[in-house]
Amino acid sequence: MTDMPDTTLTGDPSHDAPAEHGDDAVGYYTPGDPISDTKSPEGPISERWQTRKFEARLVNPANRRKLDIIIVGTGLAGGSAAATLGEAGYNVKSFCYQDSPRRAHSIAAQGGINAAKNYKEDGDSVHRLFYDTVKGGDYRSRESNVYRLAEVSTNIIDQCVAQGVPFAREYGGLLDNRSFGGVQVSRTFYARGQTGQQLLIGAYQAMERQVAAGTVEQFTRHEMLELIVVDGKARGIVARDLVTGEIQTHLADAVVLASGGYGNVFYLSTNAMGSNVTASWRAHRKGAYMANPCYTQIHPTCIPVTGSHQSKLTLMSESLRNDGRIWVPKSKADCDKDPRQIPEADRDYYLERIYPSFGNLVPRDIASRAAKNVCDEGRGVGPEVDGVRRGVYLDFGAAIERLGRDAVEEKYGNLFDMYARITGENPYETPMRIYPAVHYVMGGLWVDYDLQSSIPGLFVTGEANFSDHGANRLGASALMQGLADGYFVLPHTIRDYLVDGPFEKIDESHPAVVEARRSVQSRVDHLLSTNGTRSVDSYHRELGNIMWEYCGMERSEDGLRKAIDLIRTLRDDFWRNVKVLGTAESLNQSLEKAGRVADFLELGELMCIDALNRRESCGGHFRAESQTEDGEALRHDDQFAYVAAWEFGSDPDSGGMGLPVLHKEDLVYTAIEMKQRSYK
Amino acid sequence: MKVTLKIWRQPDAASQGAMHTYELDGVSEDMSFLEMLDVLNEDLVARGEDPVAFDSDCREGICGMCGLMINGQAHGPEVTTTCQLHMRSFKDGDEIVIEPWRADAFPVVKDLVVDRGAFDRIIQAGGYISVNTGSAPEAHSVPVPRDDAVRAFNVATCIGCGACVAACPNGSASLFMGAKVTHLGELPQGQPERDSRVVGMVAQHDAEGFGGCTNIGECTAACPKEIPLDVISRLNWDLHAALRHGH
Ligand SMILES: Cc1cc2nc3c(=O)[nH]c(=O)nc-3n(C[C@H](O)[C@H](O)[C@H](O)COP(=O)(O)OP(=O)(O)OC[C@H]3O[C@@H](n4cnc5c(N)ncnc54)[C@H](O)[C@@H]3O)c2cc1C
Ligand code: SF4
Ligand code: FES
Repeated sequence: MTDMPDTTLTGDPSHDAPAEHGDDAVGYYTPGDPISDTKSPEGPISERWQTRKFEARLVNPANRRKLDIIIVGTGLAGGSAAATLGEAGYNVKSFCYQDSPRRAHSIAAQGGINAAKNYKEDGDSVHRLFYDTVKGGDYRSRESNVYRLAEVSTNIIDQCVAQGVPFAREYGGLLDNRSFGGVQVSRTFYARGQTGQQLLIGAYQAMERQVAAGTVEQFTRHEMLELIVVDGKARGIVARDLVTGEIQTHLADAVVLASGGYGNVFYLSTNAMGSNVTASWRAHRKGAYMANPCYTQIHPTCIPVTGSHQSKLTLMSESLRNDGRIWVPKSKADCDKDPRQIPEADRDYYLERIYPSFGNLVPRDIASRAAKNVCDEGRGVGPEVDGVRRGVYLDFGAAIERLGRDAVEEKYGNLFDMYARITGENPYETPMRIYPAVHYVMGGLWVDYDLQSSIPGLFVTGEANFSDHGANRLGASALMQGLADGYFVLPHTIRDYLVDGPFEKIDESHPAVVEARRSVQSRVDHLLSTNGTRSVDSYHRELGNIMWEYCGMERSEDGLRKAIDLIRTLRDDFWRNVKVLGTAESLNQSLEKAGRVADFLELGELMCIDALNRRESCGGHFRAESQTEDGEALRHDDQFAYVAAWEFGSDPDSGGMGLPVLHKEDLVYTAIEMKQRSYK
Repeated sequence: MKVTLKIWRQPDAASQGAMHTYELDGVSEDMSFLEMLDVLNEDLVARGEDPVAFDSDCREGICGMCGLMINGQAHGPEVTTTCQLHMRSFKDGDEIVIEPWRADAFPVVKDLVVDRGAFDRIIQAGGYISVNTGSAPEAHSVPVPRDDAVRAFNVATCIGCGACVAACPNGSASLFMGAKVTHLGELPQGQPERDSRVVGMVAQHDAEGFGGCTNIGECTAACPKEIPLDVISRLNWDLHAALRHGH
């Protein structure tokens, strides 16, 4: 097999060398040049976006239809961009792996979308939304991007209402808001527990209208497997038609990745089964920097794992923490008892005990880690899976007593039904069991203020980029970001790039196209011909276990080093021993999964290296070595107030993975002061 | 528990299909129906047999990607999606017949996977409100009575799964269309295009080869989102109104 992807490493980090403080990852990477975001204008933060919009050059309407744009992804970020760029008259090609653009994972978002409308007159403003988002992100996001996000948030609501998105309303006919995710104002717009669905259908319908108008061409059941880069510019993609197996070349003047998050590297997550990193990772291998890959959000209120057959985890809305009380037994001996038989005095309401002022409403990262700690102590509840009980009670007993069953049903009925359907237990009678699960990734491809990656002509939007949420995302802010990027930011910034197009015509015979197609073909051939003994899922599950154990809620230097070794061994074994049946020329779901898992196996290592490098705790990233005396996260702004943007360390000799190169982008705050978070 | 599975296998659109029988042991009642099929597929791969192709993505009942005929019922015995059906709805020794959606407008792609592209084309024919990005008025400029908003929302929850079509003896997509026409027609923003929307969508529906509605009601019984039958009355009413208006 000549084209076997080489997974050997060029460097051999010495595991025994004592790491200097802050230099844990020495030997695992090569230091690179610092980067700065050159596109963000100077000046007062509230004027930067206006300035940039004005300075970004305009494309003559007559020229737009000569310009081709590829958009990978049809979620909120991709669907909204396809609709808007189509309306503007560009030639758009839109790709998704599902059978319809409407099924992108954004559809699953429940809780709501933030916007600084201040309809409640409760002191909200663009500046407060900006402030809350930067603080919630633990001061690890880029302030000019976040400010812009808060600024355009209000336009999103106007746009969606005009499209017919049926947001919740008050009796007077005006829009209702709720408070969400531990902030003190009510700025979250919602459509019962299906906000993502309603927003996505709005974007989908707008996009389908452009399909009918002929400006957008949609490619469903197509998977992007390679980026085409010509003379340093992104000029197209190689995609596989998942029904016929045909490997296709699609060329364009610019490429937009809106391909979502990579939480499925953990195998079990609340993401859809097909959510993947392939589009981003292939671009990363072609030169796009991957920023802060270790920043993962673990959501505290998910339904626990029941056994090894488990294929995904289900989120229960965070709103449950408004009325439910979280507890475990004080004594291990009580853990297998019927919870109703455990008297009050023997229950440990640990969040209320440790965080008296925020109690059950502490931010997601804190609630998750506390649950892990009590289960690690052996005080978890529910069935044992692999010898451990991983669950804590979320108890509505007191709420039912206080408010009455009807009131609880009115508020949470659909969630209780979902819980009952999945677990077979009645949460009105016996406390729910919950456990944290991987939910969202703040990390993603590095982009500048224009949402352009380090490859000119490659733009990245939505969860696939890194820019707005720092080390932790606030509830109801991902939907806001996806739509901000797609409706209101990208359409302005991409024109400044496209105005220099159309670029030189290329065709299938161009060496860059030939190379990209060959790379896709050889991977497909390799996966199908290995004919080993282990299924793709078994590798994915094992990778997930490694990531969850060592790069999950708590990370340590030793654990991360071990994880890197384990992942390298597993990856090596994968390429020798994976078993993928069927042919390349038909619908082959095992082959699709194999390609995705192959990329997760590379991403997982980079996530561990990034986590190892960042010897501080911030947001969703908790390093055991960096905590206060009472176990709280401790940031080190003097050393780590930067974005870690990793360049793929290609090794031309072997064609495989070399050491990644670390480029640092310093985070400078001019409009906000950095503080340590406290929720006690 | 142990179950006997009779599954439709068809290599591709052009080939003939047939039912195949598989025995599966060690099924837990906590498994979802699709996790049970995952286990079967792991077994098949281990034995060197091609795994069964079926669609799913969110596995939370919201994306509309999954959908199987289970013992002759679209999405199986409960009012939910296939992915949210759990094995506790079955018992040890059961025989379970699994087929793809059957409808002329949904050709089989492979095994249990069908092509529902016709639904996208129906939406393209008018299932939207024409408003370009950036041209929207302030959100509070048009109040919407709460009851109208609630009614619009209730039918906007359609997930586009196609169970209504699969359940209908005529293979009609009237429930799906009625849900969209009602969603947009309940809102003030949807009024300007109300006539052209319904005319366009119905014409596309017929061109795709979906059948006509004869008020049997199987669609609403199979719908995992409980879209009510009266959306079809609304669809017909709007269509006649549009024709009266000269569309
Ligand atoms: C259960 C759940 C609940 C949530 N609730 C909320 C909430 O209440 N509020 C909130 O703000 N956020 C919420 N989030 C987060 C939010 O939903 C997501 O971050 C956001 O929707 C991501 O949107 P996106 O457009 O970036 O990507 P996605 O919606 O994930 O779309 C990705 C698209 O890329 C396509 N794609 C991916 N890879 C390829 C490839 N290789 N080739 C071709 N196409 C590809 C897919 O087909 C899809 O169309 C929730 C997330 C989950 C999982
Ligand atoms: S109306 Fe119901 S059954 Fe038909 S597509 Fe919509 S959700 Fe599915
Ligand atoms: S897989 Fe999404 S609805 Fe069933």
